[in-house]
Amino acid sequence: MESLLHFFDVFISSFDVFIDGLWITFKLSVASLIIAFIIGLFFAILKISNIKILEWIADAYIWIVRGTPLIVQIFILFYGLTDILLIPMFWAGVAGLAFHSGAYIAEIIRGAIQSIDKGQREAGSSLGMSKGLTMRRIILPQAFRRAVPSLGNQFIIGIKDSSLVSFIGMQDLFGVASTMGANSFDYLPYFFTVAVYYLLIVLVLTLAVNKIEKKLAASD
Amino acid sequence: MSEKQEMIKVDKLNKSFGDLHVLKDIDMTVTESDVVVLIGASGSGKSTLLRCLNFLEMKNSGKIIIEGEQVEKDTHNLNEIRQRVGMVFQHFNLFPHKTVLGNVIEAPTQVKGLQKEQAILEGKRLLDKVGLADKYNVYPSTLSGGQKQRVAIARALAMKPDVMLFDEPTSALDPELVGEVLTTMKELAEEGMTMVVVTHEMGFAREVGDWVNYMHDGRIVESGKPNDLFDNPKEERTQAFLSSIL
Ligand SMILES: Nc1ncnc2c1ncn2[C@@H]1O[C@H](COP(=O)(O)OP(=O)(O)O)[C@@H](O)[C@H]1O
Ligand SMILES: [Mg+2]
Repeated sequence: MESLLHFFDVFISSFDVFIDGLWITFKLSVASLIIAFIIGLFFAILKISNIKILEWIADAYIWIVRGTPLIVQIFILFYGLTDILLIPMFWAGVAGLAFHSGAYIAEIIRGAIQSIDKGQREAGSSLGMSKGLTMRRIILPQAFRRAVPSLGNQFIIGIKDSSLVSFIGMQDLFGVASTMGANSFDYLPYFFTVAVYYLLIVLVLTLAVNKIEKKLAASD
Repeated sequence: MSEKQEMIKVDKLNKSFGDLHVLKDIDMTVTESDVVVLIGASGSGKSTLLRCLNFLEMKNSGKIIIEGEQVEKDTHNLNEIRQRVGMVFQHFNLFPHKTVLGNVIEAPTQVKGLQKEQAILEGKRLLDKVGLADKYNVYPSTLSGGQKQRVAIARALAMKPDVMLFDEPTSALDPELVGEVLTTMKELAEEGMTMVVVTHEMGFAREVGDWVNYMHDGRIVESGKPNDLFDNPKEERTQAFLSSIL
Protein backbone atom coordinates (compact mmCIF):
# COMPACT_ATOMS: atom_id res chain seq x y z
CA MET A 1 0.00 0.00 0.00
CA GLU A 2 2.78 2.29 1.01
CA SER A 3 4.69 1.58 -2.20
CA LEU A 4 1.59 1.95 -4.35
CA LEU A 5 1.04 5.42 -2.93
CA HIS A 6 4.70 6.18 -3.54
CA PHE A 7 4.31 5.09 -7.18
CA PHE A 8 1.33 7.41 -7.64
CA ASP A 9 3.29 10.16 -6.04
CA VAL A 10 6.17 9.67 -8.48
CA PHE A 11 3.78 9.30 -11.40
CA ILE A 12 2.13 12.64 -10.69
CA SER A 13 5.18 14.62 -9.62
CA SER A 14 7.20 13.50 -12.65
CA PHE A 15 4.44 14.38 -15.08
CA ASP A 16 6.13 17.53 -16.43
CA VAL A 17 9.39 15.81 -17.19
CA PHE A 18 7.74 12.77 -18.75
CA ILE A 19 5.65 14.98 -20.99
CA ASP A 20 8.90 16.30 -22.46
CA GLY A 21 10.07 12.72 -22.94
CA LEU A 22 6.72 11.75 -24.43
CA TRP A 23 7.01 14.57 -26.93
CA ILE A 24 10.45 13.37 -28.01
CA THR A 25 9.23 9.77 -28.26
CA PHE A 26 6.28 11.00 -30.31
CA LYS A 27 8.38 13.04 -32.74
CA LEU A 28 10.93 10.28 -33.00
CA SER A 29 8.30 7.62 -33.67
CA VAL A 30 6.34 9.61 -36.21
CA ALA A 31 9.43 10.70 -38.13
CA SER A 32 11.06 7.29 -38.08
CA LEU A 33 7.90 5.41 -39.06
CA ILE A 34 7.12 7.74 -41.95
CA ILE A 35 10.65 7.35 -43.26
CA ALA A 36 10.58 3.60 -42.54
CA PHE A 37 7.38 3.33 -44.56
CA ILE A 38 8.97 5.05 -47.54
CA ILE A 39 12.09 2.88 -47.23
CA GLY A 40 9.89 -0.20 -46.85
CA LEU A 41 7.81 0.62 -49.92
CA PHE A 42 10.97 1.27 -51.91
CA PHE A 43 12.63 -2.04 -50.99
CA ALA A 44 9.36 -3.96 -51.39
CA ILE A 45 9.20 -2.73 -54.98
CA LEU A 46 12.86 -3.65 -55.52
CA LYS A 47 12.09 -7.14 -54.30
CA ILE A 48 9.26 -7.68 -56.74
CA SER A 49 10.99 -5.88 -59.61
CA ASN A 50 12.12 -9.13 -61.27
CA ILE A 51 15.48 -7.45 -61.76
CA LYS A 52 18.10 -9.63 -60.13
CA ILE A 53 20.49 -6.93 -58.99
CA LEU A 54 17.71 -4.88 -57.40
CA GLU A 55 16.39 -7.96 -55.63
CA TRP A 56 19.88 -8.65 -54.29
CA ILE A 57 20.18 -5.12 -52.95
CA ALA A 58 16.86 -5.49 -51.13
CA ASP A 59 17.85 -8.93 -49.82
CA ALA A 60 21.17 -7.58 -48.53
CA TYR A 61 19.46 -4.73 -46.71
CA ILE A 62 16.92 -7.02 -45.07
CA TRP A 63 19.64 -9.51 -44.18
CA ILE A 64 21.73 -6.85 -42.47
CA VAL A 65 18.79 -5.51 -40.46
CA ARG A 66 17.65 -8.97 -39.43
CA GLY A 67 21.15 -10.18 -38.68
CA THR A 68 22.24 -7.46 -36.28
CA PRO A 69 20.76 -6.18 -33.00
CA LEU A 70 18.86 -2.92 -33.25
CA ILE A 71 21.08 -1.38 -30.58
CA VAL A 72 24.13 -2.06 -32.77
CA GLN A 73 22.42 -0.44 -35.76
CA ILE A 74 21.54 2.60 -33.67
CA PHE A 75 25.09 2.97 -32.37
CA ILE A 76 26.70 2.58 -35.79
CA LEU A 77 24.33 5.08 -37.38
CA PHE A 78 24.63 7.41 -34.40
CA TYR A 79 28.42 7.56 -34.41
CA GLY A 80 28.59 7.43 -38.18
CA LEU A 81 26.11 10.22 -38.72
CA THR A 82 26.89 12.54 -35.82
CA ASP A 83 30.71 12.21 -35.83
CA ILE A 84 31.37 11.95 -39.53
CA LEU A 85 28.44 13.70 -41.14
CA LEU A 86 27.65 16.06 -38.24
CA ILE A 87 23.97 15.25 -38.34
CA PRO A 88 22.04 16.25 -35.19
CA MET A 89 21.41 13.54 -32.61
CA PHE A 90 17.65 13.52 -33.10
CA TRP A 91 17.96 12.72 -36.80
CA ALA A 92 20.62 10.11 -36.14
CA GLY A 93 18.14 8.42 -33.81
CA VAL A 94 15.42 8.70 -36.45
CA ALA A 95 17.78 7.20 -39.02
CA GLY A 96 18.64 4.24 -36.81
CA LEU A 97 15.02 3.42 -36.08
CA ALA A 98 13.85 3.96 -39.66
CA PHE A 99 16.68 1.85 -41.05
CA HIS A 100 15.54 -0.96 -38.79
CA SER A 101 11.74 -0.80 -39.19
CA GLY A 102 12.10 -0.23 -42.94
CA ALA A 103 13.24 -3.80 -43.47
CA TYR A 104 10.29 -5.29 -41.64
CA ILE A 105 7.86 -2.95 -43.38
CA ALA A 106 9.41 -3.91 -46.73
CA GLU A 107 8.65 -7.55 -46.03
CA ILE A 108 5.09 -6.75 -44.93
CA ILE A 109 4.38 -4.69 -48.05
CA ARG A 110 6.02 -7.21 -50.37
CA GLY A 111 3.92 -10.00 -48.86
CA ALA A 112 0.75 -7.93 -49.21
CA ILE A 113 1.50 -7.05 -52.84
CA GLN A 114 2.17 -10.68 -53.71
CA SER A 115 -1.03 -11.77 -51.99
CA ILE A 116 -3.15 -9.75 -54.43
CA ASP A 117 -4.72 -12.02 -57.03
CA LYS A 118 -2.85 -11.91 -60.34
CA GLY A 119 -6.19 -11.42 -62.07
CA GLN A 120 -6.09 -7.83 -60.78
CA ARG A 121 -2.88 -7.12 -62.66
CA GLU A 122 -4.26 -8.84 -65.75
CA ALA A 123 -7.46 -6.81 -65.59
CA GLY A 124 -5.36 -3.65 -65.50
CA SER A 125 -3.19 -4.78 -68.42
CA SER A 126 -6.19 -5.82 -70.47
CA LEU A 127 -7.58 -2.30 -70.11
CA GLY A 128 -4.36 -0.88 -71.47
CA MET A 129 -3.02 0.28 -68.12
CA SER A 130 0.78 0.28 -67.86
CA LYS A 131 2.52 -1.81 -65.21
CA GLY A 132 3.28 1.25 -63.11
CA LEU A 133 -0.24 2.59 -63.33
CA THR A 134 -1.69 -0.80 -62.41
CA MET A 135 0.66 -1.01 -59.45
CA ARG A 136 -0.23 2.47 -58.22
CA ARG A 137 -3.97 2.46 -58.84
CA ILE A 138 -4.95 -1.20 -58.48
CA ILE A 139 -2.40 -3.29 -56.60
CA LEU A 140 -0.97 -0.96 -53.93
CA PRO A 141 -4.31 0.34 -52.60
CA GLN A 142 -5.45 -3.24 -52.08
CA ALA A 143 -2.09 -4.31 -50.66
CA PHE A 144 -2.08 -1.46 -48.12
CA ARG A 145 -5.55 -2.40 -46.92
CA ARG A 146 -4.45 -5.96 -46.50
CA ALA A 147 -1.30 -4.84 -44.69
CA VAL A 148 -3.01 -2.57 -42.16
CA PRO A 149 -3.01 -5.09 -39.26
CA SER A 150 0.64 -6.07 -39.80
CA LEU A 151 1.72 -2.47 -40.36
CA GLY A 152 -0.08 -1.42 -37.18
CA ASN A 153 1.72 -4.15 -35.32
CA GLN A 154 5.06 -3.08 -36.76
CA PHE A 155 4.35 0.55 -35.81
CA ILE A 156 3.72 -0.54 -32.22
CA ILE A 157 7.00 -2.45 -32.20
CA GLY A 158 8.69 0.63 -33.66
CA ILE A 159 7.41 2.87 -30.89
CA LYS A 160 8.59 0.51 -28.20
CA ASP A 161 11.94 0.03 -29.93
CA SER A 162 12.42 3.80 -29.97
CA SER A 163 13.25 3.51 -26.26
CA LEU A 164 16.70 2.29 -27.31
CA VAL A 165 17.71 5.79 -28.42
CA SER A 166 18.12 6.63 -24.75
CA PHE A 167 21.41 4.74 -25.02
CA ILE A 168 22.74 7.38 -27.39
CA GLY A 169 21.74 9.97 -24.82
CA MET A 170 18.32 11.05 -26.01
CA GLN A 171 15.82 12.07 -23.36
CA ASP A 172 12.84 10.20 -24.72
CA LEU A 173 10.34 8.54 -22.36
CA PHE A 174 12.73 5.80 -21.42
CA GLY A 175 15.67 8.22 -21.23
CA VAL A 176 13.71 10.34 -18.78
CA ALA A 177 12.88 7.31 -16.65
CA SER A 178 16.52 6.19 -16.58
CA THR A 179 17.81 9.63 -15.66
CA MET A 180 15.21 10.24 -12.96
CA GLY A 181 15.75 6.78 -11.54
CA ALA A 182 19.50 7.22 -11.46
CA ASN A 183 19.30 10.67 -9.89
CA SER A 184 17.01 9.53 -7.08
CA PHE A 185 18.35 5.98 -6.64
CA ASP A 186 14.66 5.09 -6.77
CA TYR A 187 14.43 3.18 -10.05
CA LEU A 188 11.36 1.05 -9.76
CA PRO A 189 8.61 3.72 -9.53
CA TYR A 190 10.07 5.53 -12.56
CA PHE A 191 10.19 2.39 -14.66
CA PHE A 192 6.63 1.56 -13.64
CA THR A 193 5.66 5.06 -14.62
CA VAL A 194 7.29 4.77 -18.03
CA ALA A 195 5.63 1.38 -18.54
CA VAL A 196 2.25 3.05 -18.03
CA TYR A 197 3.06 5.66 -20.66
CA TYR A 198 4.02 3.02 -23.22
CA LEU A 199 0.93 0.98 -22.41
CA LEU A 200 -1.28 4.00 -23.00
CA ILE A 201 0.39 4.83 -26.31
CA VAL A 202 0.04 1.25 -27.50
CA LEU A 203 -3.58 1.15 -26.37
CA VAL A 204 -4.44 4.28 -28.34
CA LEU A 205 -2.67 2.98 -31.42
CA THR A 206 -4.32 -0.43 -31.18
CA LEU A 207 -7.75 1.17 -30.99
CA ALA A 208 -6.94 3.35 -33.97
CA VAL A 209 -5.78 0.38 -36.06
CA ASN A 210 -8.89 -1.59 -35.12
CA LYS A 211 -11.04 1.31 -36.18
CA ILE A 212 -9.28 1.60 -39.53
CA GLU A 213 -9.63 -2.15 -40.07
CA LYS A 214 -13.37 -1.97 -39.39
CA LYS A 215 -13.77 0.92 -41.76
CA LEU A 216 -11.90 -0.89 -44.53
CA ALA A 217 -13.84 -4.08 -43.94
CA ALA A 218 -17.07 -2.13 -44.37
CA SER A 219 -16.10 -0.93 -47.84
CA ASP A 220 -15.04 -4.40 -48.97
CA MET B 1 -19.63 -3.69 -101.53
CA SER B 2 -16.97 -2.75 -99.03
CA GLU B 3 -14.79 -5.56 -97.80
CA LYS B 4 -15.04 -6.25 -94.07
CA GLN B 5 -11.84 -5.59 -92.18
CA GLU B 6 -9.73 -8.35 -90.66
CA MET B 7 -9.67 -7.41 -86.97
CA ILE B 8 -7.40 -10.20 -85.80
CA LYS B 9 -5.22 -12.47 -87.85
CA VAL B 10 -3.23 -15.27 -86.29
CA ASP B 11 -0.64 -17.08 -88.34
CA LYS B 12 1.21 -20.23 -87.21
CA LEU B 13 1.03 -19.20 -83.58
CA ASN B 14 2.99 -21.37 -81.15
CA LYS B 15 3.16 -21.04 -77.42
CA SER B 16 4.93 -23.19 -74.83
CA PHE B 17 5.15 -23.07 -71.07
CA GLY B 18 8.57 -24.60 -70.48
CA ASP B 19 8.42 -28.02 -72.09
CA LEU B 20 4.66 -27.93 -72.42
CA HIS B 21 3.70 -27.08 -75.99
CA VAL B 22 0.27 -25.52 -75.49
CA LEU B 23 -0.56 -23.86 -78.82
CA LYS B 24 0.50 -25.56 -82.03
CA ASP B 25 0.48 -23.72 -85.36
CA ILE B 26 -2.75 -21.87 -84.71
CA ASP B 27 -4.20 -20.06 -87.74
CA MET B 28 -7.25 -17.95 -87.17
CA THR B 29 -8.94 -14.92 -88.63
CA VAL B 30 -11.51 -12.76 -86.93
CA THR B 31 -13.44 -10.50 -89.25
CA GLU B 32 -15.14 -7.26 -88.27
CA SER B 33 -18.53 -7.76 -86.56
CA ASP B 34 -18.11 -11.51 -86.41
CA VAL B 35 -18.54 -13.64 -83.33
CA VAL B 36 -15.95 -16.40 -83.27
CA VAL B 37 -16.55 -19.13 -80.71
CA LEU B 38 -13.78 -21.33 -79.33
CA ILE B 39 -14.82 -24.68 -77.93
CA GLY B 40 -12.81 -27.62 -76.70
CA ALA B 41 -12.01 -29.69 -73.67
CA SER B 42 -10.42 -28.21 -70.59
CA GLY B 43 -6.67 -27.90 -71.09
CA SER B 44 -6.89 -27.74 -74.89
CA GLY B 45 -5.42 -24.23 -74.92
CA LYS B 46 -8.46 -21.98 -75.35
CA SER B 47 -7.56 -19.58 -72.56
CA THR B 48 -3.94 -19.44 -73.62
CA LEU B 49 -4.97 -18.54 -77.17
CA LEU B 50 -7.23 -15.75 -75.90
CA ARG B 51 -4.53 -14.50 -73.54
CA CYS B 52 -2.04 -14.40 -76.41
CA LEU B 53 -4.48 -12.23 -78.37
CA ASN B 54 -4.43 -9.72 -75.52
CA PHE B 55 -0.70 -10.20 -74.86
CA LEU B 56 -1.20 -11.39 -71.30
CA GLU B 57 0.91 -14.28 -72.58
CA MET B 58 3.63 -13.76 -75.13
CA LYS B 59 3.79 -16.12 -78.08
CA ASN B 60 6.91 -18.12 -78.89
CA SER B 61 6.53 -17.93 -82.65
CA GLY B 62 4.09 -17.03 -85.38
CA LYS B 63 2.28 -13.81 -86.10
CA ILE B 64 -0.49 -11.95 -84.35
CA ILE B 65 -1.87 -9.08 -86.37
CA ILE B 66 -4.33 -6.73 -84.72
CA GLU B 67 -6.15 -4.45 -87.13
CA GLY B 68 -3.35 -4.74 -89.63
CA GLU B 69 -0.58 -4.15 -87.11
CA GLN B 70 1.79 -7.00 -86.38
CA VAL B 71 2.44 -7.10 -82.66
CA GLU B 72 5.59 -8.37 -80.98
CA LYS B 73 6.46 -8.33 -77.30
CA ASP B 74 8.67 -5.27 -77.74
CA THR B 75 6.04 -3.39 -79.74
CA HIS B 76 6.21 0.07 -78.22
CA ASN B 77 2.48 0.77 -78.25
CA LEU B 78 1.43 -2.54 -76.69
CA ASN B 79 -0.74 -0.84 -74.08
CA GLU B 80 -2.42 1.24 -76.76
CA ILE B 81 -3.18 -1.91 -78.78
CA ARG B 82 -4.56 -3.60 -75.66
CA GLN B 83 -7.01 -0.75 -75.27
CA ARG B 84 -8.55 -1.78 -78.55
CA VAL B 85 -8.97 -5.38 -77.43
CA GLY B 86 -11.23 -5.72 -74.39
CA MET B 87 -11.14 -8.79 -72.22
CA VAL B 88 -13.71 -10.39 -69.93
CA PHE B 89 -12.43 -13.01 -67.51
CA GLN B 90 -14.03 -16.11 -66.06
CA HIS B 91 -13.57 -14.76 -62.53
CA PHE B 92 -14.54 -11.16 -63.36
CA ASN B 93 -11.38 -9.61 -61.83
CA LEU B 94 -13.26 -6.49 -60.80
CA PHE B 95 -11.33 -4.00 -58.66
CA PRO B 96 -12.73 -4.69 -55.17
CA HIS B 97 -11.59 -1.36 -53.71
CA LYS B 98 -13.55 0.64 -56.26
CA THR B 99 -17.27 1.08 -56.70
CA VAL B 100 -19.03 -0.28 -59.75
CA LEU B 101 -18.82 3.10 -61.45
CA GLY B 102 -15.24 3.48 -60.20
CA ASN B 103 -14.35 0.23 -61.95
CA VAL B 104 -15.85 1.44 -65.19
CA ILE B 105 -14.25 4.90 -65.28
CA GLU B 106 -10.81 3.81 -64.04
CA ALA B 107 -9.15 3.11 -67.37
CA PRO B 108 -10.86 5.85 -69.42
CA THR B 109 -9.74 8.51 -66.92
CA GLN B 110 -6.32 7.08 -66.08
CA VAL B 111 -5.27 5.75 -69.46
CA LYS B 112 -7.13 7.88 -71.98
CA GLY B 113 -7.14 10.98 -69.83
CA LEU B 114 -10.88 11.42 -70.24
CA GLN B 115 -12.43 14.13 -68.02
CA LYS B 116 -14.02 12.57 -64.97
CA GLU B 117 -17.47 14.07 -65.63
CA GLN B 118 -17.40 12.78 -69.17
CA ALA B 119 -16.24 9.32 -68.03
CA ILE B 120 -19.00 9.17 -65.43
CA LEU B 121 -21.59 10.10 -68.01
CA GLU B 122 -20.43 7.37 -70.37
CA GLY B 123 -19.90 4.90 -67.55
CA LYS B 124 -23.46 5.36 -66.38
CA ARG B 125 -24.73 4.91 -69.91
CA LEU B 126 -22.84 1.59 -70.18
CA LEU B 127 -24.07 0.42 -66.79
CA ASP B 128 -27.62 1.29 -67.80
CA LYS B 129 -27.10 -0.71 -70.94
CA VAL B 130 -26.04 -3.85 -69.04
CA GLY B 131 -28.97 -3.40 -66.66
CA LEU B 132 -27.15 -2.07 -63.61
CA ALA B 133 -28.55 1.44 -63.39
CA ASP B 134 -29.24 1.00 -59.68
CA LYS B 135 -25.73 -0.17 -58.80
CA TYR B 136 -23.43 2.75 -59.66
CA ASN B 137 -22.14 3.36 -56.17
CA VAL B 138 -22.03 -0.07 -54.58
CA TYR B 139 -18.88 -2.15 -54.19
CA PRO B 140 -18.47 -5.33 -56.28
CA SER B 141 -18.57 -7.59 -53.22
CA THR B 142 -22.27 -6.81 -52.82
CA LEU B 143 -23.14 -8.03 -56.32
CA SER B 144 -24.19 -11.43 -57.62
CA GLY B 145 -21.90 -13.23 -60.06
CA GLY B 146 -24.06 -12.28 -63.00
CA GLN B 147 -24.03 -8.63 -61.98
CA LYS B 148 -20.27 -8.71 -61.50
CA GLN B 149 -19.76 -10.10 -64.96
CA ARG B 150 -21.96 -7.42 -66.47
CA VAL B 151 -19.91 -4.76 -64.67
CA ALA B 152 -16.79 -6.39 -66.12
CA ILE B 153 -18.32 -6.17 -69.59
CA ALA B 154 -19.20 -2.49 -69.06
CA ARG B 155 -15.69 -1.84 -67.76
CA ALA B 156 -14.14 -3.33 -70.89
CA LEU B 157 -16.58 -1.48 -73.17
CA ALA B 158 -15.69 1.82 -71.51
CA MET B 159 -12.39 1.75 -73.40
CA LYS B 160 -14.36 1.57 -76.65
CA PRO B 161 -12.56 -1.53 -77.87
CA ASP B 162 -12.85 -2.76 -81.44
CA VAL B 163 -12.78 -6.40 -80.34
CA MET B 164 -13.96 -8.12 -77.18
CA LEU B 165 -12.49 -11.37 -75.86
CA PHE B 166 -14.53 -13.49 -73.46
CA ASP B 167 -12.91 -16.36 -71.55
CA GLU B 168 -15.68 -18.60 -70.25
CA PRO B 169 -17.63 -15.60 -68.97
CA THR B 170 -20.43 -17.72 -67.51
CA SER B 171 -18.48 -20.70 -66.16
CA ALA B 172 -18.17 -19.29 -62.65
CA LEU B 173 -21.84 -18.40 -62.41
CA ASP B 174 -24.75 -20.14 -60.74
CA PRO B 175 -26.91 -21.64 -63.51
CA GLU B 176 -29.76 -19.19 -62.96
CA LEU B 177 -27.41 -16.24 -63.58
CA VAL B 178 -25.95 -17.46 -66.87
CA GLY B 179 -28.83 -16.14 -68.97
CA GLU B 180 -28.47 -12.48 -68.02
CA VAL B 181 -24.81 -12.44 -69.06
CA LEU B 182 -25.44 -14.28 -72.31
CA THR B 183 -28.24 -11.82 -73.09
CA THR B 184 -25.87 -8.90 -72.60
CA MET B 185 -23.32 -10.57 -74.87
CA LYS B 186 -25.94 -11.28 -77.49
CA GLU B 187 -27.03 -7.64 -77.53
CA LEU B 188 -23.43 -6.63 -77.94
CA ALA B 189 -23.04 -8.99 -80.89
CA GLU B 190 -26.20 -7.59 -82.46
CA GLU B 191 -24.75 -4.10 -82.25
CA GLY B 192 -21.92 -5.34 -84.41
CA MET B 193 -19.17 -5.87 -81.85
CA THR B 194 -16.42 -8.18 -83.02
CA MET B 195 -16.10 -10.94 -80.42
CA VAL B 196 -14.01 -14.01 -79.65
CA VAL B 197 -15.78 -16.15 -77.08
CA VAL B 198 -14.57 -19.24 -75.25
CA THR B 199 -17.67 -20.96 -73.93
CA HIS B 200 -19.35 -24.23 -73.17
CA GLU B 201 -22.76 -22.71 -73.90
CA MET B 202 -23.53 -24.48 -77.14
CA GLY B 203 -26.92 -22.79 -77.47
CA PHE B 204 -25.20 -19.41 -77.44
CA ALA B 205 -22.53 -20.61 -79.86
CA ARG B 206 -25.17 -21.79 -82.31
CA GLU B 207 -27.42 -18.78 -82.02
CA VAL B 208 -24.91 -15.93 -81.80
CA GLY B 209 -21.74 -17.39 -83.27
CA ASP B 210 -20.76 -16.77 -86.87
CA TRP B 211 -17.89 -19.20 -86.77
CA VAL B 212 -16.84 -21.98 -84.41
CA ASN B 213 -13.32 -23.32 -83.85
CA TYR B 214 -12.94 -26.62 -82.09
CA MET B 215 -9.63 -26.91 -80.23
CA HIS B 216 -8.00 -30.15 -79.23
CA ASP B 217 -4.57 -30.50 -77.66
CA GLY B 218 -3.34 -27.08 -78.75
CA ARG B 219 -4.63 -27.21 -82.31
CA ILE B 220 -7.72 -25.95 -84.05
CA VAL B 221 -8.76 -29.29 -85.50
CA GLU B 222 -12.04 -28.23 -87.04
CA SER B 223 -13.80 -24.97 -87.77
CA GLY B 224 -16.94 -24.00 -89.53
CA LYS B 225 -20.30 -22.30 -89.34
CA PRO B 226 -22.05 -23.27 -86.11
CA ASN B 227 -24.80 -25.30 -87.74
CA ASP B 228 -22.36 -27.20 -89.93
CA LEU B 229 -19.93 -27.94 -87.15
CA PHE B 230 -22.53 -28.90 -84.59
CA ASP B 231 -24.75 -30.93 -86.91
CA ASN B 232 -22.15 -32.46 -89.20
CA PRO B 233 -18.79 -32.53 -87.47
CA LYS B 234 -16.25 -34.02 -89.84
CA GLU B 235 -13.51 -34.88 -87.41
CA GLU B 236 -13.87 -37.83 -85.11
CA ARG B 237 -12.45 -35.84 -82.20
CA THR B 238 -15.05 -33.13 -82.74
CA GLN B 239 -17.81 -35.72 -82.77
CA ALA B 240 -16.48 -37.28 -79.58
CA PHE B 241 -16.25 -33.87 -77.87
CA LEU B 242 -19.73 -32.81 -78.93
CA SER B 243 -21.33 -36.04 -77.84
CA SER B 244 -19.51 -35.80 -74.51
CA ILE B 245 -21.00 -32.44 -73.67
CA LEU B 246 -24.49 -32.70 -75.11
N1 LIG C 1 0.91 -20.02 -66.94
C1 LIG C 1 0.99 -21.35 -67.23
N2 LIG C 1 2.09 -22.04 -66.90
C2 LIG C 1 2.19 -23.36 -67.21
N3 LIG C 1 1.25 -24.06 -67.86
C3 LIG C 1 0.12 -23.41 -68.21
C4 LIG C 1 -0.07 -22.02 -67.91
N4 LIG C 1 -1.28 -21.66 -68.37
C5 LIG C 1 -1.83 -22.76 -68.93
N5 LIG C 1 -0.99 -23.81 -68.84
C6 LIG C 1 -1.23 -25.15 -69.37
O1 LIG C 1 -1.54 -25.02 -70.73
C7 LIG C 1 -2.54 -25.93 -71.11
C8 LIG C 1 -3.69 -25.19 -71.74
O2 LIG C 1 -4.33 -24.42 -70.74
P1 LIG C 1 -5.53 -23.44 -71.05
O3 LIG C 1 -5.15 -22.55 -72.16
O4 LIG C 1 -5.89 -22.81 -69.77
O5 LIG C 1 -6.65 -24.44 -71.54
P2 LIG C 1 -8.22 -24.25 -71.58
O6 LIG C 1 -8.53 -22.80 -71.39
O7 LIG C 1 -8.62 -24.76 -72.91
O8 LIG C 1 -8.77 -25.07 -70.48
C9 LIG C 1 -2.90 -26.71 -69.85
O9 LIG C 1 -2.19 -27.92 -69.86
C10 LIG C 1 -2.44 -25.82 -68.75
O10 LIG C 1 -2.09 -26.57 -67.63
MG1 LIG D 1 -9.66 -21.85 -69.89
